Amino acid sequence: MEEISALIGGFKVALSWYNLALMFIGILLGVIIGVLPGLGGANGVAILLPLTFSMPPTSAIIMLSCIYWGALFGGAITSILFNIPGEPWSVATTFDGHPMAQNGRADEALTAAFTSSFVGAFFAVLLITFLAPVVAKFALKFGPAEFFAVFFLTFASFVGMGKGSPFKVLAAMTLGFVLGAVGLDKVTGSLRMTFGHTELLSGFDFLVAVIGLFGIGEILSSMEGGLKFGGAKATIRLDAVFTTWKKLLKYWATSLRSCLIGCWMGITPGGATPASFMSYGLAKKFSPNGDNFGKGEIEGVIAPETAAHAAGTAALLPMLTLGIPGSPTAAVLLGGLMIWGLQPGPMLFVEQKDFVWGLIASMYLGNVVGLIVVLTCVPLFAAILRVPFSIIGPVILVVCAIGAYTIHNSMFDVWLMLVFGLFGYLFQKLGYPLPPLVLAIVLGDKAEEAFRQAMLGSQGSMTIFWSNPLVATIMTLGMILLFWPIISALKERVFSAPPTAKT
Amino acid sequence: MTRITIHRIWKMFIAAAVAASTATAASAWEPTKPVQFIVPAGTGGGADQMARFLQGVIAKNNLMKQPLVVVNKGGGAGAEGFLEVKGAKGDAHSLVITLSNLFTTPLATGIPVSYKDMTPVAMLALDQFVLWVNTESEYKTAADFVKAVKTGENRKFKMGGTGSKQEDQIITVAIERATTPNKMTYVPYQGGGAVAVQLVGKHVDSTVNNPIEAVSHWKAGKVRALCIFDKARSIYKTKITADQAWSDIPTCKESGLDVEYQMLRGIFMAPGVTPDQTAFYVDLFKKVAATPEWKQFMEDGAFNQTMMTGDDFVKWVDAANKTHYDLMKEANFLAAGK
Repeated sequence: MEEISALIGGFKVALSWYNLALMFIGILLGVIIGVLPGLGGANGVAILLPLTFSMPPTSAIIMLSCIYWGALFGGAITSILFNIPGEPWSVATTFDGHPMAQNGRADEALTAAFTSSFVGAFFAVLLITFLAPVVAKFALKFGPAEFFAVFFLTFASFVGMGKGSPFKVLAAMTLGFVLGAVGLDKVTGSLRMTFGHTELLSGFDFLVAVIGLFGIGEILSSMEGGLKFGGAKATIRLDAVFTTWKKLLKYWATSLRSCLIGCWMGITPGGATPASFMSYGLAKKFSPNGDNFGKGEIEGVIAPETAAHAAGTAALLPMLTLGIPGSPTAAVLLGGLMIWGLQPGPMLFVEQKDFVWGLIASMYLGNVVGLIVVLTCVPLFAAILRVPFSIIGPVILVVCAIGAYTIHNSMFDVWLMLVFGLFGYLFQKLGYPLPPLVLAIVLGDKAEEAFRQAMLGSQGSMTIFWSNPLVATIMTLGMILLFWPIISALKERVFSAPPTAKT
Repeated sequence: MTRITIHRIWKMFIAAAVAASTATAASAWEPTKPVQFIVPAGTGGGADQMARFLQGVIAKNNLMKQPLVVVNKGGGAGAEGFLEVKGAKGDAHSLVITLSNLFTTPLATGIPVSYKDMTPVAMLALDQFVLWVNTESEYKTAADFVKAVKTGENRKFKMGGTGSKQEDQIITVAIERATTPNKMTYVPYQGGGAVAVQLVGKHVDSTVNNPIEAVSHWKAGKVRALCIFDKARSIYKTKITADQAWSDIPTCKESGLDVEYQMLRGIFMAPGVTPDQTAFYVDLFKKVAATPEWKQFMEDGAFNQTMMTGDDFVKWVDAANKTHYDLMKEANFLAAGK
């Protein structure tokens, strides 16, 4: 129980008025950063990092990590209200969150998202508190083959998701892979498909694609649908938070599964984005209401949000214990640690006890503070949908453009966003699903890289994916999920056989 | 009353304006707006850390009136950042921090950008490379390691490194000169931190991580330092592990592996700027180098603290470019037409 006393010591460090004030400021800034698409958590923390140089390291990291929590919370807001994911890990939240808002249940969706985020983060912090050394060792087991297996599992959990033709899913995914391959090939170091255009050097930024496909696509659809938002009929219920909480209890199994997926992906480190997608995919497979996913099912909000936040939090563990950042934001925080003279890695927990436990204590406090801040704002956020489309539509358009511009400070990205917007609209009209496309853009190149690293290591032998129990288990799970539609069809035939025999 | 006040304010304003203009005329050039500090790499890497550290030191010690704003432009292995500086002709408010991709990216990708398109400001330091293996491996010295690669199975040894056709892989190629006929399998990863962890987890057999990327694992006794790729041993004598300091790591040459490689941590600015403008930044970075924070940073990362400006720096860069060209040509890493 050494951890408990260390944690209490940590609370003593974190619980000063000064630090609490920093937490509030951090959360508020973070929410704003999360809401603005393009200005992601990593950029936000990087911009604000110099502000913290004059503070003591513990206070500085508390404020910066609170910005990070705030961004995690804030990403959900625009996803649900306007179908614009503020952060990559909120993409999966749009699938059901936005339809819920369109049905006038924005407050419910927001409450579910915020609460799930909190639950996920809390679970991950508990894990960090008590299992840090064990878990850090687990992360060491992940080589290229294991990473590829994880990505494979993510893709596999998505197969069969689209309601339409599986060929359309495949077409959308393949297009995503092609778009994801543009730019520098990280394994050979040469350029691919840039055709001499320097704008394409860095490839298609995932956020530009997402802002266009979802945000602009949505505005185009709204314009066609009579210039109004579906959610306008929402009444503002002040007790929405409590009524939603009652519903959430029913979905404890989904929450728990999502927590586990999130922690696992945060530690390995796959990151919050694949965690949210995988969790959504699995929730859809295992839920009795699976067919309703995509139409405004509350479980479809709980699953990705819990997993994203659990992963985002758990990602700090490999950063602190191994010095590998689990997310781009963690990478910037890592740079911050070095500036304060703290060397992340296995010795940090030994040499800088006050700092580490202060940070862990601030994770508990920061998330509680964050939850209170965002929940009190739910009615306010939901009320935004009552503003007429003719006013809010142009505002969203401008915010999207600013978001796309800030990613690389380049006008080219704004045009690209508009092109993606047209694509998004066409895709919707033609019944091609967007999620597989987005998933392939965001994870395609990572999966490819891991696959090729594994192949380099094994001299081209595929057996590497079954070379040890860990990778074999993940790959087999992936295979089962991939062929699940066939397996479940077979199962049905076997189980339905006896009754037919009786008659 | 109000008339008098307005009059006085007006007079003060004019006085201030005159003072400001004479001040600029008398002293040298100074930035007049925020300075963009481009990092031609992603967030969290060595160059990014150094840039953000510089930003912090300059702000904290008030060394420049205008703020320094760090911007990551890592697309196309850094070409994005270099192209931006190349295109900002005459703009004295754009700086770029370099890593070896200043040489390797144009050579490997054929993207039309070169260090010759930019104005050299200063070499801040040289980053070291160390040959690391897992503590549980049987290799105690660089000679053991080279022998094992040389006499073992071809391509069986896995060398993990950052990026492709960049510094880590170039060092690997240089090591392979000593292991003929056998080669190693080079596995590229995204960042130095990840590479170090892959070695601890035994997914690769060796790495050439920079000191700062591996120091924490070294301290924890998970990795072993075989040799440092510098002319002379490091000057830092503080014990890092129970019995070793940076200065205890032998040079690769003295261990029988004749490879030398260091990475430039330098500053360039846009082409077409005036000597006055360059002089301002040279002076600025000299001031930075004198701060205790910088000295601590150098020691933490076991940097080689060679600082160069002017012609010395240009000569060094020319020579380094030649070295990279030769090594990359030998390894067949050059883009078509280079």
